[in-house]
Amino acid sequence: MSDFPIIRRTDRVLVQGMTGGQGTFWTEKMIECGTSVMGGVNPKRAGSSHLGLPIFGSVAEAVKTERVDVSLMFIPPTLAKDAALDAITAGVRGIVILTEHIPSHDVLEIFAAAAHHGTKIVGPNTAGLVTPGAAFAGIMPGHNSNIFKPGRTGVISRSGSLGTLICLNLTRAGFGQSSFIGIGGDPMIGTTTKDALVALDHDPNTDAVVLVGEIGGGMEEEAARYAATMHKPIVAFIAGRAAPPGKRMGHAGAITAGDAGSYAGKRKALEDAGVIVVDTPRDIATALAHATKRKGAYNTA
Amino acid sequence: MILNEGDAKKLVLAPAGIGMLQGEICATAAQAAAAVTRLGRCVIKAQVPAGKRGKAGGIKLVSTAAEAEKVAADILAMRIGDYAVQGLLVEQCAAIAKEYYAAVLHAPVERATLILFSAEGGMDIEELAATKPDAIRRFIVRMPGSFSAEDAMSMLAGLDVDIAGISDLLVKLYKRYRQTDAELIEINPLAVLEDGRLLALDCKFILDDAATYRQSELAAAAASEEPTVLEAKGAAQGLKFIELPGNVGILANGAGLTMTTMDVVQHLGGKPANFMEIGGDAYTKGEAALALVLANPHVKSLVVNFCGAFARTDVMAKGVADAWKVLQPDVPVFFSVHGTGEDEAVALIEKEFGVTPFDFMEDAVQAAIAVTK
Repeated sequence: MSDFPIIRRTDRVLVQGMTGGQGTFWTEKMIECGTSVMGGVNPKRAGSSHLGLPIFGSVAEAVKTERVDVSLMFIPPTLAKDAALDAITAGVRGIVILTEHIPSHDVLEIFAAAAHHGTKIVGPNTAGLVTPGAAFAGIMPGHNSNIFKPGRTGVISRSGSLGTLICLNLTRAGFGQSSFIGIGGDPMIGTTTKDALVALDHDPNTDAVVLVGEIGGGMEEEAARYAATMHKPIVAFIAGRAAPPGKRMGHAGAITAGDAGSYAGKRKALEDAGVIVVDTPRDIATALAHATKRKGAYNTA
Repeated sequence: MILNEGDAKKLVLAPAGIGMLQGEICATAAQAAAAVTRLGRCVIKAQVPAGKRGKAGGIKLVSTAAEAEKVAADILAMRIGDYAVQGLLVEQCAAIAKEYYAAVLHAPVERATLILFSAEGGMDIEELAATKPDAIRRFIVRMPGSFSAEDAMSMLAGLDVDIAGISDLLVKLYKRYRQTDAELIEINPLAVLEDGRLLALDCKFILDDAATYRQSELAAAAASEEPTVLEAKGAAQGLKFIELPGNVGILANGAGLTMTTMDVVQHLGGKPANFMEIGGDAYTKGEAALALVLANPHVKSLVVNFCGAFARTDVMAKGVADAWKVLQPDVPVFFSVHGTGEDEAVALIEKEFGVTPFDFMEDAVQAAIAVTK
């Protein structure tokens, strides 16, 4: 569990909202991929079983008899705060919140409680975590070996769809992934770009990092300050260069105001830190090949 | 969502007992003239969700009803920033002794709330932060609901201001921030009048879009963001759609991938015609989304770029194929499709469109740009 936000097969995963349509679909995929899903939560179906796994009335009830390392939330926005607080106060150490559109004041309460209890949160509005060949927690095609392949490149992405495309490109170019960390598209999230970068920097299975950012906020700039201290090569792509100013581009966090959060500012901060920033997703693999050859640190096995 | 000044004062500040000048929200020049008859010498202020209203000529002093009618009509006809003026706030004048700055807002990096105060008000906070950073006092509230008068006083300690009075105001402002699901409440300037009263001369309020379901009164009062006719249709259907001035139409899933498709169009020398994403829960809305993208007469070619994670590409591709049969557009379309449901999606596209999707999105974009030239 100490590796969270890197997901491991040894992590015992509880799925809040497992009995719903999406919860069922993705739990089956996670199990197929080898994830140690140990049960689900649905207050109305406590004591029953689903997909051959026990359903608990709450996270608090689940931890009475079972070890839970990670809780994954398939919970609608209006109920997300209570569900997260249930997992936090039950002592779960890592929570993945997939939900988009949770009111930000509820998110503030979730983060305050998480800080108090020492809980790590990924999201909200994330597509989740994938460690190819081992486990995944979220709504990513982690079970699809054409897209995710075991390897030694760590990937950080605010976006699920773009992150998926970039992992696919990496796989086709021969770069497998040590781990994919989807951090989420909201402006206020539990695991920032920098937090994910620190995790991959410390991960002995990761030799290089691909950082997929977006316009808006200051997370890429903060991550750049840490990147400057790293020895592992980093290649970055920042989405939103062509976005008009002042408009929210799909993600709540993807909006610029004047120079704040701009593409140019993020690109400069990353380049000043020695990160290679590319213009299109296709350029990532080429840049990674150059960077890893130059740094001589990469093991493609 | 942003509230215009008059609505923010009435719905956000007034219920907390925060002082303000007597004023009336007016929709027409005649109403503004009548307000001046009642209130006497006034300032007429353009109601518009944009800054720098004064510099743009949207704030004017008037003494008589006749003058008010003329000035009001002029202001109502203006555009300020990106917006047409949406109404007027007619407020009594006051003799100002000092101008301060106060705000409560989200602090995303700290995952907390930031309280700001400066005894140097009136100018932009960004400008103030750049020129006189020491003039801004900051306080971070980590536990929601825990900002007290003692916290406020500690934050203001040493300033040559009415510390008790301003602490009281900051606590009230924080309470309203919590009660109203605000992302930001800013009072700039916060004025001390010559008679000693502390009043909000202006107010900026941003409501969290995700909380509108429990803030219906505030949401109903939100300023118009002037969506285009098509954008408004998209919003009504739960689609994230933004029109842009180019001619390459875009349909993609997920905010990141959709932005990236726009970026690649621009990078390869084309001009994107829109942002339209059908990721997340919207992945079943391909048909409605495509109808909106193609309703733009400037669109000369279309890129359909799907990479399914949560969103199933087979469902999205079927939506596109269904819409194509109904709309029968005379526009060439270029696909790139990967991820969840890919095999079914590719088979469907080959059958319905007689083309094989491009392996790389960059190639689909390149081909789409080529036919526009």
